[in-house]
Amino acid sequence: MATTGITTAAAEAEAEFRIKPYTINFGPQHPAAHGVLRLVLEMDGEVVKRADPHIGLLHRGTEKLIEYKTYLQAMPYFDRLDYVAPMNQEHAFVLATEKLLGVTAPLRAQYIRVLYAEIGRILNHLLSVTTYALDVGAITPSLWGFEEREKLMEFYERVCGARLHANYFRTGGVNLDLPAGLADDIWEYTEQFPKFLDDLENLLSENRIFKQRTVDIGVVSREQALDWGFSGPMLRASGVAWDLRKSQPYDVYDRMEFDVPIGLTGDCYARYLVRTLEMVQSNKIIRQCLKEMPEGPVRLADNKIAPPFRGEMKRSMEALIHHFKLFTEGFHVPAGETYTAVEAPKGEFGVYLVANGSNKPYRCKIRAPGFAHLQGMDFMSRGHMLADAVAIIGSMDIVFGEIDR
Amino acid sequence: MAFLDRTARGFFLSELVSGMALTFSYMFRPKVTLNYPHEKGPISPRFRGEHALRRYANGEERCIACKLCEAVCPAQAITIEAEPRDDGSRRTTRYDIDMTKCIYCGLCQEACPVDAIVEGPNFEFSTETREELFYNKQKLLDNGDRWEAEIAANLTADAPYR
Repeated sequence: MATTGITTAAAEAEAEFRIKPYTINFGPQHPAAHGVLRLVLEMDGEVVKRADPHIGLLHRGTEKLIEYKTYLQAMPYFDRLDYVAPMNQEHAFVLATEKLLGVTAPLRAQYIRVLYAEIGRILNHLLSVTTYALDVGAITPSLWGFEEREKLMEFYERVCGARLHANYFRTGGVNLDLPAGLADDIWEYTEQFPKFLDDLENLLSENRIFKQRTVDIGVVSREQALDWGFSGPMLRASGVAWDLRKSQPYDVYDRMEFDVPIGLTGDCYARYLVRTLEMVQSNKIIRQCLKEMPEGPVRLADNKIAPPFRGEMKRSMEALIHHFKLFTEGFHVPAGETYTAVEAPKGEFGVYLVANGSNKPYRCKIRAPGFAHLQGMDFMSRGHMLADAVAIIGSMDIVFGEIDR
Repeated sequence: MAFLDRTARGFFLSELVSGMALTFSYMFRPKVTLNYPHEKGPISPRFRGEHALRRYANGEERCIACKLCEAVCPAQAITIEAEPRDDGSRRTTRYDIDMTKCIYCGLCQEACPVDAIVEGPNFEFSTETREELFYNKQKLLDNGDRWEAEIAANLTADAPYR
């Protein structure tokens, strides 16, 4: 009996000193949560035992809303998914619609789309890399990065009238042609942009504080990246050479000459490097687009799909009828389904579109890359410190507009 | 040699010093910030800002109540009611835009066959109450009168592309 008494006392004493896993809420108001991510972290002291991302705080029902909009009206919804690079999302939707309709946009329109998709990529990576630096303690890059973003958003504004929610791409082309002088200004910008990137790299790439926070943090192996459905820089940083622009080129990407940067280590630092190098390549693509861009129409001449020009609409009765039909009823898309994906800056952004022959999509499923990446949060942060969880979220490049949709 | 190089650089904090030097050099560059209410960023002719209803030069309102804007508006922010006037012309009796719903996509001005509803260059129309953002026809026409010069210039500048 005496021995039992001692054991119980020992057990009680041990229980008293054992620290239970402590559960904390990270976000949704935490600035490092990149939006409205609520992360339930089970902590063992300062070490993360389990990370449980809770999503849905920015859910707007985009997919369902699109079922009640014509194909033209659905376009603005895509700007609001990943609002850091709006036109890349529009790109996926117009390509899906064009595939169902069996049309291809005029060559000049394809060049403009690629041009703006790459500007979007730089916009995204600028925000991603610099706010990532902010997350791990460097403020200066984000202050400089926002200046460059401002210039790029000005190019957005000049072509479509809005800095962010562009609503510029159209089925069968783009809305309006580039205004005079814009191409020269973008060209001028691409000449000074590498200088800025050098400065940015000068601040971050070799910086020991930045490296201490990122090297060997959140390592994703090649197999893990493939198993969890990662794409974009998250996949390429783990050493998989996979880029939809190369493997299944859309629009004029097959005419572009560019390299796909690959990371070797799969850690946060590799993801940072991949994004930085991708900006260099995007800059290269933009220059090629501007150099090779042919003259010509920017939207289809078929007035059953693309609206007629205003001058024509005001003179010709037929054009006016087309105009009225397109802006009320919209165009009808023959029944069919397609999964069309583009290489958005964050990864593979896909639209699964089911048409039933009417003027509205029957179903529009959106595949957001960030959603797949966020699933990896648990295994990536397990065993790391709480502060590293912030570094991992930053390196995943989370934007909640597209995850919650 | 690489080891020596790395050790030396680590010892002399070279990357931190060069980073600091770069930051310091930015101090002497011209400022890029704008002193907002007094300075404003550039705006292109295509800018989609506050809505306005335009008039013809003789003062007659352009809108013919075709309701294309109402039909195309993805946010369903526009409400129009219309009936023929005494002189037989068709005009709106009610033209409301709920600016809290509007997403500034520009489809209304694209759809308008008579260039009546436009999104003008004004982006400073914040209010203190929601009610002030429920624009009615009078407010929109007033906007049109106020911004007509700029709007007309923008439309002419952009006309070759539309």
